[in-house]
Amino acid sequence: MAEFHSVTLDFDKCRGCINCVKRCPTEAIRVKNGKAFIISERCIDCGECIRICPHHAKKAVYDKMSVIEGYEYRVALPAPSLYPQFNNLDSIDYVLDGLLRIGFDDVFEVAGAAELVSEMTRSMMKRSDCPKPLISNACPAIVKLIQVRFPKLLPHLHTLQPPVEVAARLARERAVKKSGLPADKIGVFFISPCPAKVTALRHPAGGERVVDGVLSISEVYMALLPEMKKIERPQAEQISGISGISWSYTGGEATALLLPHYLAADGIENSIKILDEIENDKLGGIDFVELDACFSGCVGGCLCIENPYIARTKVRYLRKYQPVTMSHLADYPGKEEKDFLFEDEVEYDPVLELASDPVKAMEIMLQIEEIEKKLPGIDCASCGSPTCACFAQDVATGKAELNDCVFLMKKELEGKLSGKEQNDGKATV
Amino acid sequence: MAINMRYVVDGSDFTTAGEASTAVKMKLKKLGIAPDIVRRVAIAMYEAEINMVIHAGGGVAEVELESDKIIIKLIDHGKGIADVDLAMREGYSTAPDAVRNLGFGAGMGLPNIKKYSDEMHIDTEVGKGTTVTIIINLQ
Ligand SMILES: Nc1ncnc2c1ncn2[C@@H]1O[C@H](COP(=O)(O)OP(=O)(O)O)[C@@H](O)[C@H]1O
Ligand code: SF4
Ligand SMILES: [Mg+2]
Repeated sequence: MAEFHSVTLDFDKCRGCINCVKRCPTEAIRVKNGKAFIISERCIDCGECIRICPHHAKKAVYDKMSVIEGYEYRVALPAPSLYPQFNNLDSIDYVLDGLLRIGFDDVFEVAGAAELVSEMTRSMMKRSDCPKPLISNACPAIVKLIQVRFPKLLPHLHTLQPPVEVAARLARERAVKKSGLPADKIGVFFISPCPAKVTALRHPAGGERVVDGVLSISEVYMALLPEMKKIERPQAEQISGISGISWSYTGGEATALLLPHYLAADGIENSIKILDEIENDKLGGIDFVELDACFSGCVGGCLCIENPYIARTKVRYLRKYQPVTMSHLADYPGKEEKDFLFEDEVEYDPVLELASDPVKAMEIMLQIEEIEKKLPGIDCASCGSPTCACFAQDVATGKAELNDCVFLMKKELEGKLSGKEQNDGKATV
Repeated sequence: MAINMRYVVDGSDFTTAGEASTAVKMKLKKLGIAPDIVRRVAIAMYEAEINMVIHAGGGVAEVELESDKIIIKLIDHGKGIADVDLAMREGYSTAPDAVRNLGFGAGMGLPNIKKYSDEMHIDTEVGKGTTVTIIINLQ
């Protein structure tokens, strides 16, 4: 069964160029017969291909606004990165009010849930059984990366559900109480900055689906903008302060832990480097690691509208008018850490292994090396694989043909031509 | 059946130090070697690779991967180690201050290589160079 991925290819728009093939950080894309295709099990939904495709043939699949119509009572869960999409916003309440005007009956800020996660994490980190460093699980693309490439670090992954899941659970409980409706009449919808979160929420690590749909920031923004202009005095009341809102950019989550020794980084390549260092025991003394697949963090998600750096500036502006923290676990009587822990551990996903049997894998690796020796090593990607080394692996594992390499073909042709010349002896050029 | 790898480790560039051990680590992961073992190889080889850069002006890493073990040789033509027993002591380091300021030179490299490997040999001659051999069983 092919797994669901938000990141998909629009076959008709694809021109078979190699931009995405080269850009993909997990070598998950190939061009075959003039069209790209995504190797599902390698895709981490980071959205890099969406950003780079000049033909807009890569897109993120998410739920359309109309899904909310299937529910009697609708709750919006805005990601913190929604706020800095707007200009001159000095109160979040306008956004929250706007959401109530475009068809939602209630709003539960993910930024508020983020403050609860920070609070619980702070107390978890005081305990001796907390792994060091603790690695954030808020970015699903990073979680997937660790799952396929850094199995040794899985025990370092945070075991608390990320803010969106905490928000979804609390929002649903509140909605049942407020509306008096049965749970299946209530729809809870996340407004996402990225395809990674769309995918993760379709198939959450914990197994159970906590939201009824995932919308995109870009679409919701379009619906919100005209409505927000009409608001004179907003009725909604925010439940997040500086610390929750700051989860929208890299470093926000880590700083909310009020620890001196943390590391926060953005971009997949940087993240891989850092994970490598942790795996090699080279990052001593760091208590918490926050990694975001997108540059600048979630404001850099590919479903956002605003440029990530401008968005960061806007968060800084918005922050000025906010209290530090608005949500506390004590506001949710009866709720405690264990209500928000993942039940199952995140498992190693050995998609990068050449074969399940090490001896067989070694044979393949030897073959790969033999093939690589024949290749020019210039990584032109005309064969449809991102690098010569990757192409060699594709050939060795039966996924490509050696003569897909244009250089080898050229050589062969030249050989044939010169052979022919010698044969008829009298050939003139 | 064996896979041989060879990496030139540049002694003038701290920023690329560790590339060889990272490349080896990736290969072991592709082979499906147990994560614990991959980690031990990565740590031991990284330490020896860094030592070549900070103490010996670079060298060559030769890796032989067999079905049951990995043999890593780090060969340099640096100044050599005068007293190997002393060098093996935890915390012993001759790293200059400039190197220490970069975060290297804690004197734990050689002890860690010993700790994470199944076998370790140091062949060294003052003025001629050093070869550190690390053997780690893969099963
Ligand atoms: N390849 C080498 N060439 C010369 N000297 C070395 C080499 N490797 C280690 N040494 C010596 O052994 C000492 C201890 O090494 P190690 O335990 O790795 O600590 P550190 O590298 O932090 O100094 C070094 O300070 C250095 O004097
Ligand atoms: S950094 Fe944020 S926006 Fe980007 S993939 Fe990760 S969770 Fe999504
Ligand atoms: Mg050392």
